[in-house]
Amino acid sequence: MGLYHFRLPDIGEGVAEAEIVLWHVKPGDLVKEDQSLVDVMTDKATVDMTSPVEGRVLAIHGAVGEQRAVGSVIIELEVEGDGNVTADAAVAPLGVLPPPEPAATASPLSEVPTQVETPSAPARTPAADAPKVAFATRAPAEVPLAAPATRRRAYELGIPLQFIPGTGPGGRITPEDLDAYIANGGANSVQGDTRYAVRNAVGDTRIIGMRRKIAEKMQDAKRRIPHIAYVEECDLTELEALRVDLNANRKDGQPKLTLLPFFIRALVKVLPDFPHINARFDDDEGVLHEHAGVHVGIATQTPSGLMVPVIRHAETRDVYDIAVELIRLSVAAREGNATREDLSGGTITITSLGPLGGITTTPIINHPEVAIIGPNKLVERPTVQGSFVTVRKMMNLSSSFDHRIVDGYDAALFVQAYRRLLEHPALIFMD
Amino acid sequence: MTDILRPKVLVVGGGPGGYVAAIRAGQLGLDTVLVEASRLGGTCLIRGCIPSKALIHAAGLYEQMAATHAKSMFGISLGRAPELDLTETVAWKESIVDKLSGGVAGLLRKAKVKTLAGWARFSDAKTCTVDTDEGLVRIEAEHVILATGSIPVEVPGIPFGGTVISSAEALSLPELPKQLVVVGAGYIGLELGIAFAKMGTQVAIVEMRDQILPLYDEQLVAPVRAWLDQNGVNLYLGARALGATGDALEIETNAGEPMSLPADRVLVTVGRKPLTQGWGLEEMALAMEGHFVKVDDRCATSTTNVWAIGDLVGEPMLAHKASAQGEMVAEIIAGHRRCFDPVAIAAVCFTEPEIVAVGMLPSEAGEGTIIGQFPFQANGRALSMDAGNDGGFVRVVARADNHRILGIQAVGVHVSELAGEFATLMEMGAVLEDVSGTIHVHPTLGEAVHESALKALGHALHI
Repeated sequence: MGLYHFRLPDIGEGVAEAEIVLWHVKPGDLVKEDQSLVDVMTDKATVDMTSPVEGRVLAIHGAVGEQRAVGSVIIELEVEGDGNVTADAAVAPLGVLPPPEPAATASPLSEVPTQVETPSAPARTPAADAPKVAFATRAPAEVPLAAPATRRRAYELGIPLQFIPGTGPGGRITPEDLDAYIANGGANSVQGDTRYAVRNAVGDTRIIGMRRKIAEKMQDAKRRIPHIAYVEECDLTELEALRVDLNANRKDGQPKLTLLPFFIRALVKVLPDFPHINARFDDDEGVLHEHAGVHVGIATQTPSGLMVPVIRHAETRDVYDIAVELIRLSVAAREGNATREDLSGGTITITSLGPLGGITTTPIINHPEVAIIGPNKLVERPTVQGSFVTVRKMMNLSSSFDHRIVDGYDAALFVQAYRRLLEHPALIFMD
Repeated sequence: MTDILRPKVLVVGGGPGGYVAAIRAGQLGLDTVLVEASRLGGTCLIRGCIPSKALIHAAGLYEQMAATHAKSMFGISLGRAPELDLTETVAWKESIVDKLSGGVAGLLRKAKVKTLAGWARFSDAKTCTVDTDEGLVRIEAEHVILATGSIPVEVPGIPFGGTVISSAEALSLPELPKQLVVVGAGYIGLELGIAFAKMGTQVAIVEMRDQILPLYDEQLVAPVRAWLDQNGVNLYLGARALGATGDALEIETNAGEPMSLPADRVLVTVGRKPLTQGWGLEEMALAMEGHFVKVDDRCATSTTNVWAIGDLVGEPMLAHKASAQGEMVAEIIAGHRRCFDPVAIAAVCFTEPEIVAVGMLPSEAGEGTIIGQFPFQANGRALSMDAGNDGGFVRVVARADNHRILGIQAVGVHVSELAGEFATLMEMGAVLEDVSGTIHVHPTLGEAVHESALKALGHALHI
């Protein structure tokens, strides 16, 4: 009896992985040649995979809905004869398969351990377990020594032998050395003579739920939008003075003001002059929707990740109103009860980390919007005014624009106009 | 009306490189066409390795019988001198060649390779025309494997023709030369010179350099040198061949004096050059490296999907190198990831006695090495073959610090058969302890390999 590994075949140009859609077999089933095993789906089509051999299913890998890499073992079969797996060969996939077998989410249907765990029993990786194994170090010009089978396997996996420590006699790279090197993800498992221990652990976390949504959205924005970044320095001394004064003299029922409501009011003031920046770009249809109303997304960190609740119709709100709405939205976002309405429909976004704001950021535009501004941290900095060096409250203003819609020149004009408002806050409130 | 073929793979040349490439390509399911102008098997099979070994075997047998006639050996004596009919010897040799060439044809058929008999002529890198008996065939291939091999080099002033012959003609002579002068003491000249000497020809060897078999060190060639001396082969080292007169070869000796060596045949074996003419290489715009077609470690030429292997791409010009490259290229075309990275390629001389060498000679290994040498004089099997007194030995060269084997050579009767073990030791990256820890069979010549490793480790048993 032999073991036959059915690997997800290359199903088409450029397809690196496919989603398991439907299992036709389960462990224990007897399958005939050409019998359907599993349906997998790529971007292009759903394909029915049939068995190339007759045998009994030992294990299946991958739950329905899970993505599997091309070349990864998805079914293990017990077949008459030798099968296609030897103990050595079975180790190979470790190095080549992009997504390692997610141990934590192994298929509920699989009843035997996944194949990658089987061959790499501890005895097979002495180098990884015993980091102090002596080996001859190799001079840069020295040709590494390994048997032809080892050389071929390394070459097929794209691993240069030069970097693999050889623990065999004469510095020979043994098959086990190669296994250990692969198991360590290509890290040199045997370090020099140092008192610091090697850390070989790798923690695998499945990117799901909110995190996956964020990942997809960021990926999508970066892929679609040619970003241009622009950073300008703003003197917020006057605005800060105004804010501090308003807070010091606030009436009952008025919330404390941060800088954010002023930033939002300033946007309301400046955007009518730049209608194409307060907009949503439907790039599939090729239509730019310029909004008269200003709906400002506020990048908000929540326990499950980044969310962007939206202050709708900011043009209708004064700074206190905005401050109240900001509090409501951030609480709703953090507690997870923000509505769909709260989280959509923005026409421009502000992303500010406050005191963590750094000197410069290159924010990613919240697609389908076309601009995002990122105030950096406010610091007291010496500046030159006339012939004197004075201390001013300075803040950098980072921003990104969708270059398909906003050229650098327009972006600069916009930021300069915005800066003028922030530096002379009376202008924000003048009609 | 020209037939047009559009195979996946076109192999040009049916020698050990080309036919192996074609078989492997066929095995891998690639639609493959092989073009060969002459008979399948190439220089190796038709006019090189195989026929020369047949001739050498026959010559050896004749020599032993003649010796037995002269003087009883091991209790064996012949009442009358043995006779040699060279035409029958050549016919026997041809029967072996026929069998092997036919075998290659069968293997190609089995691998579903289409074979075309004719001379390919390229009009661009992927297109050639073959003039076959059935008419012109045009081939437009996706991949081209060039395996055209090599041809003998002439000595300036002594063109082939008349009494001046190359190794190819020497293997099919109608009658035994009485006086043969061999120009060039490389392995081809020595193998054939020695074979003719065994058959009774008076042989003289002229070599421009100061040493026979210049690729090896003096110690390794000394037993061959001794055989030549003992068997009346005149060696003119440091001498230049000036011209052939029909019944003699004019030379200038190392003392600068002219000399006339009587010769009814002059065998010129001063080397081989890649066959780069006459098949349209100039139309293919391939990058060259000297006389050779330039290739990378995957045997890829400068043009995508045009590959070149064997003698055409450089030294060593050996059949087994060509075959290995052919097999590799077929696998690359089939989508496998391969490169040509042998640690060493063993070479064998079927001189008397034989020489086998792989890896570094002691002189090449330099400092920090240890050498273990064990004579066949102390090997039971060699003595039982009357092969203990020719000065033969096994010699292993290893690094002193980690005992890694850098090279291993032997000279002696039948040592060519040790080539496999030598090559395996090199490829596996063996250290001396690997050899000393392997039980070698008694009684065989291989025990000398074991002992040479023990010798290098300082504890040989039988010396």
